[in-house]
Amino acid sequence: MTKRVVITGMGVVAPNAVGLQAFEHALKMGHSGIEYYPELAELGFSCCIGGIPKLSDEFIRNYLSELQLRNFNSSGILYGCIAGMDAWKDAGLELQETADFDSGTIFGAGTSGVDKFREAIYLLDEKKVRRLGSTVVAQTMASGVSAYLGGILGLGNQVTSNSSACTTGTESILLGYDRIVSGRAQRMLVGSTSDHGAYVWGGFDAMRVLTYKHNASPEKASRPMSATASGFVPGSGAGALLLESLESAQKRGARIYAEVLGGEVNSGGQKGEGSMTAPNSLAVQRCIRSTIENAGIEAGEIDLINGHLTATSKDSTEIRNWSEALGRKGTDFPLINSLKSMVGHCLSAAGSIESVASVLQIKSGFVFPNLNCEDLHSEITELISPDCIPQKYISREVKIVAKASFGFGDVNACVVFKKFEE
Amino acid sequence: MSQSKQEKMQALLEIMQPYAQDPSALANLKEETQFIRDLKINSANLVDIILDIEDKFDIEIDNDSMDKMMNVGSALEVIEAKLAAK
Repeated sequence: MTKRVVITGMGVVAPNAVGLQAFEHALKMGHSGIEYYPELAELGFSCCIGGIPKLSDEFIRNYLSELQLRNFNSSGILYGCIAGMDAWKDAGLELQETADFDSGTIFGAGTSGVDKFREAIYLLDEKKVRRLGSTVVAQTMASGVSAYLGGILGLGNQVTSNSSACTTGTESILLGYDRIVSGRAQRMLVGSTSDHGAYVWGGFDAMRVLTYKHNASPEKASRPMSATASGFVPGSGAGALLLESLESAQKRGARIYAEVLGGEVNSGGQKGEGSMTAPNSLAVQRCIRSTIENAGIEAGEIDLINGHLTATSKDSTEIRNWSEALGRKGTDFPLINSLKSMVGHCLSAAGSIESVASVLQIKSGFVFPNLNCEDLHSEITELISPDCIPQKYISREVKIVAKASFGFGDVNACVVFKKFEE
Repeated sequence: MSQSKQEKMQALLEIMQPYAQDPSALANLKEETQFIRDLKINSANLVDIILDIEDKFDIEIDNDSMDKMMNVGSALEVIEAKLAAK
């Protein structure tokens, strides 16, 4: 019999809340974490709003030592360390003095230490290479976040970072799941992180994929599924989940949030309607169908979809893909929500922060509201009933959630979480 | 501005403080105290300490001098020499 994989700990650093309890509250209340940032306006950005987690220096010192914080300038590694350490502790695990060979991490990132890299480039161009000191490599290497976490937690199994643009977080869950299912690890800390700021977001601003219409109304800016959606709002942060074999979790007497039933990752090959920046719907639907099959469930059992839904013209395409892949439409469609209405698009961190939100809905029995879609797009309401798109908090049992993420490079990932039953 | 050896030792101690993993060795800092063996400083951090020393004393420490700086005494000698050459 194949190994079952459960979630025994979680951590989150999101623009609208830091820490599980605050995050659950923010989800239920529909708190937006989007704010105006004058530094973006000064740099001439069209979109001058974004989502940045709020962390005090005092709070940060609970996680990183004085030495680790010396010449430290990598927001993504910071967010990832906080979320990852929280997930580890939340699972009831200790910081150990010796390497734990049964525990590893697959903690993804899109970029690493972009601000640190900028500092280094200025010094290099001034011919001051030796002034870089020892801290540039660890903070700017793609695997920086997993390397930090591996050292802090004493992980002795696989320690790596995956990278697949905006699917990174969801992909990390499936990669960690596979490692446990194959019996090569007992515990895998999975998740993803994203740096914040102008040097990460600038490229998206230049592509005109960010909304520039809401600089004066940040909380109204992120409008997934709305007729007036005008581009996404850039976000940042990190999410982390401690995946564990059911065997190990039960042996430790650990609390179980939910079970991971599996999923699928694939790509549209940038063929057909797919490109570097647009999804091939054939591949998206195939990914969703394979996920259902791999998870061993029926499409009709899905209570809730946590979509990718970024607030661009692609939202209706996504809904059509879900509807066709699941064979469900109108009032028969599952409930669906998008966290991006509250926190924006957290890029490489999106999949993991949204997965934490998905699992919290299973754990506490609720569906969080979609903000800013009072004017649902007609292409969406032609496919599914407006009742499937809650705009108010709903208290109800949620047994099965399907979560998907799609990313540049025409890559897709979909995972199924289920309320744990023996 | 000329500093006594004692003052330079004190300045070094302050520089070492965030890097030293053995607080008792730091509290008893002597000329023989070795950076890696006694203070348990991560070898990767030695380059950061050199940069901090450069900033503190407004000197530049070349690679050959840096290789000599294994303990507090040798670090003080390099600092003295660089200050004298200014």
